[in-house]
Amino acid sequence: MKRVYVDEKWCLGCHLCEYYCAFANSGKSSMIKALKDRTIHPRIRIEGDNQVSFAVSCRHCTDPLCVKSCIAGALSKKDGVVCIDQNKCVGCHTCVLVCPYGALMPSESGVMQKCELCIENAGGKPACVQGCPNKAIIFEERD
Amino acid sequence: MAKYVIIGNSTAAIGCVEGIRSKDKDGEIVLIASENHHTYARPLISYLLQGKTDEERMKYRPDSFYEENHVTAKLGETVTKLDSEKKTVTLKSGEEISYEKLLVATGSTPFVPPMEGLDTVPEKFTFMSLDDAHALESVLTKDSRVLIIGAGLIGLKCAEGIKERVKSITVVDLADRVLPSILDETGSAIVKDFLEKQGIEFHLGDTAAKFAGTTATLKSGLTVDFDVLVIAVGVRPNTSLVKDAGGEVRRGIAADDTGKTTLPDVYAAGDCAESFDISAGVNRVLALLPNAYMQGNTAGINMAGGKASFDRAIPMNAIGFMGLHIITAGTYDGETYVRRDGENYKILFYKDDVLKGYILIGDVARAGIYTALIRNRTPLSSIDFKLICEKPQLMAFTARTRRDLLSKQQ
Repeated sequence: MKRVYVDEKWCLGCHLCEYYCAFANSGKSSMIKALKDRTIHPRIRIEGDNQVSFAVSCRHCTDPLCVKSCIAGALSKKDGVVCIDQNKCVGCHTCVLVCPYGALMPSESGVMQKCELCIENAGGKPACVQGCPNKAIIFEERD
Repeated sequence: MAKYVIIGNSTAAIGCVEGIRSKDKDGEIVLIASENHHTYARPLISYLLQGKTDEERMKYRPDSFYEENHVTAKLGETVTKLDSEKKTVTLKSGEEISYEKLLVATGSTPFVPPMEGLDTVPEKFTFMSLDDAHALESVLTKDSRVLIIGAGLIGLKCAEGIKERVKSITVVDLADRVLPSILDETGSAIVKDFLEKQGIEFHLGDTAAKFAGTTATLKSGLTVDFDVLVIAVGVRPNTSLVKDAGGEVRRGIAADDTGKTTLPDVYAAGDCAESFDISAGVNRVLALLPNAYMQGNTAGINMAGGKASFDRAIPMNAIGFMGLHIITAGTYDGETYVRRDGENYKILFYKDDVLKGYILIGDVARAGIYTALIRNRTPLSSIDFKLICEKPQLMAFTARTRRDLLSKQQ
């Protein structure tokens, strides 16, 4: 199935993916309303220094440790996508304890959030991929 | 004859069902459990009292789980005997059920030590099950003075769960610090200070010597008046079925990395069983939800004829109290890297070129990168140690490893 892949060779470290992600998941109709003067809580995060940078988001692992470890049964895998039911999550951080990528983090409300490939919004293509100006984030099938 | 019989209905049992069904879609599964509840997330009972979840939301799997997985769930029934030669289990009702493969996921029971005058205490509780939580909740009022014996994970989670609903909470523990099973001395002191600021009173290095009604006399001579007593000194694995059937039991039921006990076609998983802790190199009971799932899931796959191995078990905990998060993993052995800034505390333990364990308090972001280093026994010489000490980050890996992690299917 299609997943998000990143190539640090092309990443400019511009953080636009973070903004597009925060906007796509805000439920707001305009980017200004969603982001202006607000601390954003994106589900994709840029890591790096002046020389190297890259975006990190959920890898949707074939054998996801977070799903196996969730104490609330809030994480599950649906059609290959690791999803979180924020209504069930109590914010215990066990998923943070086990995710080898550091790809889950608390949302504004304190329960956890993660990349769900924009299946609930943006339609078809993850917003970070659409917003990346240098094609450093790609959505495709790979082995 | 049922193809698979599972004793238990919590994490390890559910992991087993999902493991079996990943290999065998149809083989009959009979699941038997004493508690008459749909499978629920046991560690959420403190969040239930806190009002952060409810019984509907704390269901560990959807209502349709048993039906969708073709599981015959016999809830509210207790297995009293296992006969591994006849390959049968006997229920309290007298019913006998035979199996081809059996999983014992019987969990553990709160341990209540003998204490003088305990029978004179009108309101006393343990804190392990949904029924325990309901029973405790039914007597709590905003005027309740609660005495908790035990400053471990269960006692303190209970304290957090009821804090806003009662007048006062006093915690007594024989150990001289809180959470001694997962924290070092510095960590314990930070958490204790924090909890004291939230209004919880501690008497550590002390113990309840005697009860008389609603007064406890501590060993130090101090007396504590209370309305409600919670006993949370620890748990004991439920091993008797396997032990009585002649299977090997140490601290917990002996199980190999496929989940097999020493009895033929009998598997064990979860809080009743031991697993091999790779960070310490010893067998021990790792009574933790992720391990219960993984051990049960592994057993299920093997029971259904697949091949799986639960060979990377380590102690690991994520726990929070009133907004202060704590994440710990592995074994506290070797050289250390320490950093402290107020309530934020980090200590890494490393030895023989691998990370052995860590404690994070406060800032716990991306802790799983550390956990993976322990589980994978990643040579520290292969990563940038300075960067990894600074914070958990993929920058500490080589560009090649990062490419494998981020540009390939995981």
